[in-house]
Amino acid sequence: MTSMLNAEARAALTDAGFTEAGLSRRDFLKQSGALIVTFAAAGAATDLLSPNAAFAQGINGSPSNQLDSWIAISADGRVTAYTGKCEFGQGLFTAQTQLVAEELSVPLDRVQLIQCDTALTPDQGTTSGAQSHPTNFNTSNLALAGATAREALLQMASTKLAVPVEQLTAKDGVISALSDPSKRITYGDLVGGKKFELRLNPGAKRKHPSTWTVLGTPVKRLDIPALATGSYEFVHNVRVPEMLHGRVVRPPSVGATLMGVDEASVLKMPGVVKVVVKKNFVGVVAQKPWQAVQAAAKLNATWSRGSGLPDQKTFYQHMRTRPTRDAFTVNSGDVDQKIAGAARVVQATYRYPYQMHASIGTACAVADVKAEGVTIWSATQAVHPLRNTTALLLGVPPANVRIVFKMGAGCYGVNGADTVSYDAALMSQAVGKPVRVQLSRQDEMAWENYGLAFVIDQKIALDASGTIVAWDYEAWSTTLGGRPGANNPGNVVTGFLAGFPPQAFNPRSPAPPAQGDFDNGSNTAPSYVTGRIGTAEAAGTGLVSSERVLSHTVESPFFTGPLRSPARLQNTFAHESLMDEVAASLKADPVEYRLRHLRDPRLKEVVTRAAQTAKWDTRPSPRPANRRTGVVSGRGIACVLYEGDNGYCATVAEVDVNQDTGVVTVKRCVVAMDAGPISNPDGIRNQVEGGIITGVGRTLLEEVTWSADRVTSIDWRTYRPLYLGANVPVVQSVLINQTEGHVMGAGETAITVAAGAIGNAIFDATGVRLREIPFTPERVKAALAARA
Amino acid sequence: MSVFTLKVDGRSRTVDVDPSTPLLYVLTDDLELRGPKFGCGLSQCGACTVIIKGQPVRSCSAPVGQLDGSEITTLEGLGTVENPHPIQKAFIDEQAMQCGFCINGVIMTAKALLDRTPNASDAQIRQAMSGVLCRCGAHQRIFQAIRRYMQANAQGRMA
Repeated sequence: MTSMLNAEARAALTDAGFTEAGLSRRDFLKQSGALIVTFAAAGAATDLLSPNAAFAQGINGSPSNQLDSWIAISADGRVTAYTGKCEFGQGLFTAQTQLVAEELSVPLDRVQLIQCDTALTPDQGTTSGAQSHPTNFNTSNLALAGATAREALLQMASTKLAVPVEQLTAKDGVISALSDPSKRITYGDLVGGKKFELRLNPGAKRKHPSTWTVLGTPVKRLDIPALATGSYEFVHNVRVPEMLHGRVVRPPSVGATLMGVDEASVLKMPGVVKVVVKKNFVGVVAQKPWQAVQAAAKLNATWSRGSGLPDQKTFYQHMRTRPTRDAFTVNSGDVDQKIAGAARVVQATYRYPYQMHASIGTACAVADVKAEGVTIWSATQAVHPLRNTTALLLGVPPANVRIVFKMGAGCYGVNGADTVSYDAALMSQAVGKPVRVQLSRQDEMAWENYGLAFVIDQKIALDASGTIVAWDYEAWSTTLGGRPGANNPGNVVTGFLAGFPPQAFNPRSPAPPAQGDFDNGSNTAPSYVTGRIGTAEAAGTGLVSSERVLSHTVESPFFTGPLRSPARLQNTFAHESLMDEVAASLKADPVEYRLRHLRDPRLKEVVTRAAQTAKWDTRPSPRPANRRTGVVSGRGIACVLYEGDNGYCATVAEVDVNQDTGVVTVKRCVVAMDAGPISNPDGIRNQVEGGIITGVGRTLLEEVTWSADRVTSIDWRTYRPLYLGANVPVVQSVLINQTEGHVMGAGETAITVAAGAIGNAIFDATGVRLREIPFTPERVKAALAARA
Repeated sequence: MSVFTLKVDGRSRTVDVDPSTPLLYVLTDDLELRGPKFGCGLSQCGACTVIIKGQPVRSCSAPVGQLDGSEITTLEGLGTVENPHPIQKAFIDEQAMQCGFCINGVIMTAKALLDRTPNASDAQIRQAMSGVLCRCGAHQRIFQAIRRYMQANAQGRMA
């Protein structure tokens, strides 16, 4: 059985009372050897998707400031590092291992990283939202722990060797005197097996990127060999003794409540152990998984009628009529006046549907709920918050709950991982044995926390010279539940079915004035405005000083939650499309027109580099002399500073549009990306490629559908994905390694600009502007037919 | 429950299960293999693919009762971390995945094709992969890995 723990780490864990599958019944708060655990209280804030809230998309927890919580060195010099940010396929396990190896000056293979286990690792909240690099690769947390440890070791060596620190060098886990290398001591001899008993030192100096030999290099991912050879232990592969298998039975329609369960309908089926009911939660536990599947299908449960759903055909209009919670991102107060006095006004409305995470593997968890304690193996993004909400769900003290992260399928946000952890916990509590639950494809898709639907109205006012003088944004988006965070198990379907409410929706209208620091965390404000609140400094990336950004959140009939580039993607689609519409109306080149209204040099740089590399032909859109039938080509550009401070990206998309069939083929995307110092160039390239390709799928294909009472997107025929045989663009990455900057995230940036660039390229090819995602062949054909 | 004998990755295995049990559950639960994955249970995504008689089989939809005596190759049967199969090595060299959950379906489907048609055209590869899903967007690298394997194979045959 291969795993990511080497023999050393496994032995260390065993000493501390755990086995790899966490079978120990011992008190897992016991401290042993060099392993120290400091618990921090789970943060009270939950993840609201209010567009104006001043927070990162995921809470970063309140991690320990004790060095021993992050770094341990054994007598033979092996380094164990603990992180609260975990691997989801984005390469973070390897990048963090590189970070520790670099800061501590040890070879890569001497570092063992332990990730996301509430018994072992610091509370870093949620791994999400392109926050892992900013959080752990700058000057706090894991990066600071590495630097603190290195400087502490040098101090200790200086004392031991009687050589001043400045005359020492650390390399390969050995500290020696520069003038006399025979004066040397190993890390193992200095501190091995003992605690540092130091705080993280805010004054500890990171190594400069120009000196990196491990970080910043394209180290091959440490987990890929096991993944490629099928030996990798996903959460789906966790096995514990006496493990049973559970399957859920969800309501048939939205809002339906449980009226009765006829347990006798399944109890005599082979292997069935128990039917578990808690309010509207229903599950069946059996000896073997197929027995559980069959029993769940056969179980006679009676449900009330659902609460009914608004008609999908008029849903965007429906959104505008609901009670709202309103917020200003910015409001200069003079937008109406500028619009009234403008030489010209361009306005448009953009629509973005609910979309799904739709992970390739359905969610799975193994829960072992016993009176002495609870252990859950989960693919959650948030082990510490999940510990808290699981405790609430089960009615046990949080200190009795341990959440062990094990990788699931790529999640792209809050997929079914927390939901299924609750499913398994409830079933295990009911039967008193460990239970493994995996969701069916239908249950996963019907009850996910979808990415928000948006309808966005925008107006741009121009002066006589064609310069933008005002930008007006007003949008409606939908919300229900979200991340459970630390307190709200009802934010996902299982908690809700078990009787916990989703976090309350509190209407508030009108919006209070914008105040405090400008916060573009949801990219509600376009790149082209100054982002000035009151008399504060302009904090946006643009030059347009008359700006109004007003967001309305309305209650959603379906659960919603962060889906890769949440709100940011929908908003950027609208901004970059409108910018292009304005440029076209002025017969201005789209690249030049953007540069004219930007002031942030790094944003201008990615725009310029993407255009140069793509050999952008400078001219207005649409492409002159394109025919009106057959296949035509076009190019478009879009750019963003993700979240206003977390990654610069621009992409040029080149498309073919078959005007007879309406099929759009994205041929190539050139992406320029600046996320500060790069920790692993292949890792960031993989994220750029993945972001663009998944962005193509979301732009051309994906849309949640529903009927009068239930979601109808429940498998891969009814929710269309981008299969491997499909046309995907060649993705060319231009990676700008900004070694002097703050480290930013890169997992959600490229996807943010895909839809805008593709829509702009379609316009360039055909003269037709599409304002509703996805750009299905039907929509494209209808728009082409409506061409004058 | 009935007794079935399967030859899995060269080893004879005997299981006592309901004949309607999809092969996927037998492989992953009874035999504790990690390669094939549950993605949909509907033959729509390919994550569960194994190879039987040279064909890619979606094990989520293949009742074990119909497979008594079959010889089955799974991802773990191709190679190990210490000694990967050349096709697995191609995926490692190209770093051709992100979460890696789809990779079983990708590699087994591609291998089944290339074992039969070593010089498969791009169109044939895309046709074969048209029922396999990757949600992380590793498409470009996956095709690079397949081509890399084909080149290594071609060189091997010429040597």
